[in-house]
Amino acid sequence: MSKKIKSFSTTAVPLDAENVDTDQIIPARFLKATSREGFGKNLFRDWRFQDGDEAKPKPGFVLNEPAFQGKVLVAGKNFGCGSSREHAAWALKDYGFDAVVSSFFADIFKNNALNNFLLPVQVSDGFLQKTMSAVQENPATKIAIDLENQTITVAGASEHFDINAYKKTCLLNGYDDLDYLLSIREDIEKFEKG
Amino acid sequence: MTLFDKIWEKHIVREIPEGPAVLYIDRHFIHEVTSPQAFSGLEKRGLPVFRPSQTIATADHNVPTLNQHLPIKEEMSRLQVAQLVENCQKYGIDLYGLGHRFQGIVHVIGPELGITQPGQTIVCGDSHTSTHGAFGAIAFGIGTSEVEMVLATQCLLQSKPKQMRIHVDGELGRGVSAKDIILHIIAQISAAGATGYFVEYTGSAIRSLSMEARMTICNMSIEMGARGGLIAPDETTFEYIKGKPFAPQGADWDKKLADWKLLFSDPYTDFDHELYINAADIEPMITYGTNPGMGIPVVGKIPNGQHLPENERASFQKALEYMGLQAGTNIQGQQIDYVFIGSCTNARIEDLREVAAFVRGKHKSPNVEVWIVPGSKQVEAQAIAEGLDKVFESAGFQLRQPGCSACLGMNEDKIPAGKYCVSTSNRNFEGRQGMGARTLLASPLTAAAAAVTGVVTDVREMFLSVDEGYEKS
Ligand code: SF4
Repeated sequence: MSKKIKSFSTTAVPLDAENVDTDQIIPARFLKATSREGFGKNLFRDWRFQDGDEAKPKPGFVLNEPAFQGKVLVAGKNFGCGSSREHAAWALKDYGFDAVVSSFFADIFKNNALNNFLLPVQVSDGFLQKTMSAVQENPATKIAIDLENQTITVAGASEHFDINAYKKTCLLNGYDDLDYLLSIREDIEKFEKG
Repeated sequence: MTLFDKIWEKHIVREIPEGPAVLYIDRHFIHEVTSPQAFSGLEKRGLPVFRPSQTIATADHNVPTLNQHLPIKEEMSRLQVAQLVENCQKYGIDLYGLGHRFQGIVHVIGPELGITQPGQTIVCGDSHTSTHGAFGAIAFGIGTSEVEMVLATQCLLQSKPKQMRIHVDGELGRGVSAKDIILHIIAQISAAGATGYFVEYTGSAIRSLSMEARMTICNMSIEMGARGGLIAPDETTFEYIKGKPFAPQGADWDKKLADWKLLFSDPYTDFDHELYINAADIEPMITYGTNPGMGIPVVGKIPNGQHLPENERASFQKALEYMGLQAGTNIQGQQIDYVFIGSCTNARIEDLREVAAFVRGKHKSPNVEVWIVPGSKQVEAQAIAEGLDKVFESAGFQLRQPGCSACLGMNEDKIPAGKYCVSTSNRNFEGRQGMGARTLLASPLTAAAAAVTGVVTDVREMFLSVDEGYEKS
């Protein structure tokens, strides 16, 4: 897994659907693996393939349209709702996405994404709609994401996005929460003693 | 201060300026599906489990619900369960695995063992951890990276959520239960309506509920996007916990009880958002779509999506197509194929008792298959001790062994593509109960009524023919 996120510019894949739940991102029957790797091939499995058969891609589903490629997934509001399965973040990252743009993320998914260096970029409804149409109309449209300055730019329009200052530092430097928690073990022991 | 604030503050180890808080976790539940990568993470870093006695394990998501004494047939499931056993042995974690008399769905066993207690912080790699909030605890689901953090440090980094209060006052009508309350709320505020919030449920209708019914409500908090839900503990709570295997005893009980009695939101405390619901307005509910916010009264008509913003109508239409249902038609009378009574939402002993009282002397419709999957070994044993198994048998309902089962279809219990299942579980997502399966979420009573008639039914119309059994329950 690539750690550290800085600025990047890429084409995008538009997934025009609201309330995309983690059961769609990665169906339960693929959760039986005991390692973190290899989930990308089952990303959106039942939206991508007829009868779950890899030989039968469903025409019309955006991941099956060669015109759309890139490291950013653009999706409708309330992305990642439902099950807490981190496998959803692993699948998106493993498939090759570095960021998801939506107007609204479910809480657990957002944490899981951040813990896996997959950047959830939350934008306004208006900006999301503009981004979605820009990419749908022209698959060559570039999306530029600048984490340092917390901006996203699409077709000449920019918007600021929020991210917790601590999390931003982690992403920019490739630290994770566990590194931090381990560093304060003495405090934790003191807390336990009351 | 709110109830949430009181518990939160007691668990802060330190706060990062402009960042999250380091939150101490009292109880950690794990299961076979979301823990293996956390343990391998520990191994990679060469770390021990920091406080093994504060983590409790069970096998539930994957396990078969028939012939649990035999080795699991499906190889990957068998490996995952074996991995859990191995990890628990290696790190000294108590496991209530297959074959153990305490085994069951993680959110059913915590409360029934008395492990879940008021004032605690509780996490599990499972979104329905919100269930435990019914005891006045801060309980929420986490991802596998966070499971690893709790194993390694007993702490998590958490930003404080916003707080919402949902006040349900008044008396519930006959045939209306806790499941209907929560389906009603979610239908009102949508599947994303509480994202970013922790919800406290208050009001006379909530107070009058049993612990098991309160768990049903808190369980589905996540289905409106909430981080968790909680209910202030009261006599009902204390009565429920007392005498449970892991409940405090003697002088310890008295001390704990005194602490627990301080757990409530102070009067006139502000919440970021408040919602008022009149219990009398709630009818038996059922869902017609592919997220839990798509619910209507059983007697209602399927909406056409015109109530939604224009850019959301395509998703709405797609949901109806998946479900094979028509906007503008009645949901009542819709033919069904399966009934699933189970899951951490509604597979406790009260649920089974309610269903048994209703179906006593009745028989399922010939075109419906009915599975009852108890939430735990203890629930199963109790049901058998009370003779409920006999009632189910003569009604043609199949009583299986405990596990998550058709709630998520990770084991063999799947609803075939295109078939309709009235389910007491919590999610109606596409493919949740099996590829192409069509789920209608409802209360145990509404599910039982559908099992008997073979179609979606208003249970209230059937009460005239119900025997004494229901009155007593
Ligand atoms: S019963 Fe369903 S919702 Fe509950 S823990 Fe199991 S899979 Fe999750």
